[in-house]
Amino acid sequence: MILRVDIKSKFFGKNQILKDVGFMLKPGECLAILGKSGIGKSTLLRLVAGIDTDFEGSVQRPDALAFVFQEPTLLPWRSALDNLLLVHSDLSRARALDMLAKVGLSDKADQYPGQLSLGQQRRLALARAFAGRPELLILDEPFVSLDEATAAEMTELTRTLMTEISPATLFVTHEREQARQLADRTLELAGTPATVVPNVVHPVFQREDVK
Amino acid sequence: MPNSVIRGISLLAFMLMWVVLAKLAGDPSVLPSPGDLVQPFLSELASGALLYNLGVTVLRVIAAFCLAMSIGVVLGLLMGTRPGLDRWLDPWLVVFLNLPALVLIVLCYLWIGLNETAAIVAVTLNKIPNVTTIIREGARALNPELKAMAQVFRMRRTTYLRHVILPQLAPFIAGASRSGIAVIWKIVLVVEFLGRSNGIGFQIHLYFQLFDVAMVLVYSLSFIGFMLVVEWLLLQPAERRVRAWRLA
Repeated sequence: MILRVDIKSKFFGKNQILKDVGFMLKPGECLAILGKSGIGKSTLLRLVAGIDTDFEGSVQRPDALAFVFQEPTLLPWRSALDNLLLVHSDLSRARALDMLAKVGLSDKADQYPGQLSLGQQRRLALARAFAGRPELLILDEPFVSLDEATAAEMTELTRTLMTEISPATLFVTHEREQARQLADRTLELAGTPATVVPNVVHPVFQREDVK
Repeated sequence: MPNSVIRGISLLAFMLMWVVLAKLAGDPSVLPSPGDLVQPFLSELASGALLYNLGVTVLRVIAAFCLAMSIGVVLGLLMGTRPGLDRWLDPWLVVFLNLPALVLIVLCYLWIGLNETAAIVAVTLNKIPNVTTIIREGARALNPELKAMAQVFRMRRTTYLRHVILPQLAPFIAGASRSGIAVIWKIVLVVEFLGRSNGIGFQIHLYFQLFDVAMVLVYSLSFIGFMLVVEWLLLQPAERRVRAWRLA
């Protein structure tokens, strides 16, 4: 197991957000977390990634971690290429350029994120995540607020990169269709405080079958 | 209209106003016109006194500026990012912010002695609270998402400071430097006026006692001229470079 999550509880002030959320991930496995917006999916991802450490329970995660945030979260004052190189100190220039090419941004290496479209910024964020060859990749609704065609393109690109680098992947979405396209299995959160929905037969998706 | 032209016309208008006022006053010993300053300026320049005193003052300004900026940036960053520390240090900040410059200068001279250290310490202490306050606001406004990003990807601490924190603080550092350099040179003059035997402030003290308005103006205007050059040749180009990403 590359990831073991066992969260007993998470509070914001007096409000309990999460209760008894536990799951595990094998290397290369992809788990989609479903649930209504505002239920605490992003909070869960932040606990898993170690961004927020204020909770009861335990998370065992690998060191090589990558996160694709809801917003692109790039450094607007550094070029697209530098956004990869500065984050991954051991990344060579050639490999960074190669990564940019893979997400279709080879001609944008010298541009600032502000000069890119939202779709391009998200692709850059994706390139940044995969450039570190992560063992665990976490995606927080990475395709939200993109038009349908761009979102489909992004999903396809993510799937290609996942096949190539095969990290264990945890991602959040509220669209079942997207989960079907990327995930091996799903986990649904519901209730207040949110917990794993019991007695739901988690459909086993064969992401290779969905083309 | 290009910037340099506007700048030229603006300064020319100021000179014109000065000439008119000097004419109205009608007494060069009260308000000499710009033309009346040329002769004393040239003689001070030739004797070397102007450049020597200007140099001494500039060195003091640079020393105090660098000290105040570096200590103020570190303190502001710490206080802005650590609310616990901020609660402890904030009352001190308020005390120092409201301590009159003159009191600090006199106390430094009394406690440290009439020497260079006391002069620099007095100016630095006067400026630190100001820089700290401005930088603290910047540190409070740091983007938490970028911090989370740096944390998840395990960015190196130095890279994080230089490429994530510093660019976010840049407008605040620029603001603090701008207001800082102007305030610092004014305080340096007071420090020199009260307890040094060289520098622009000392010269102004000297010519004040001799009721020589022309020389007082020659010395203060030389420094203003110097500051304008610094502003145009150093500060503004540096700021343009740092802001390049916003305009791209």
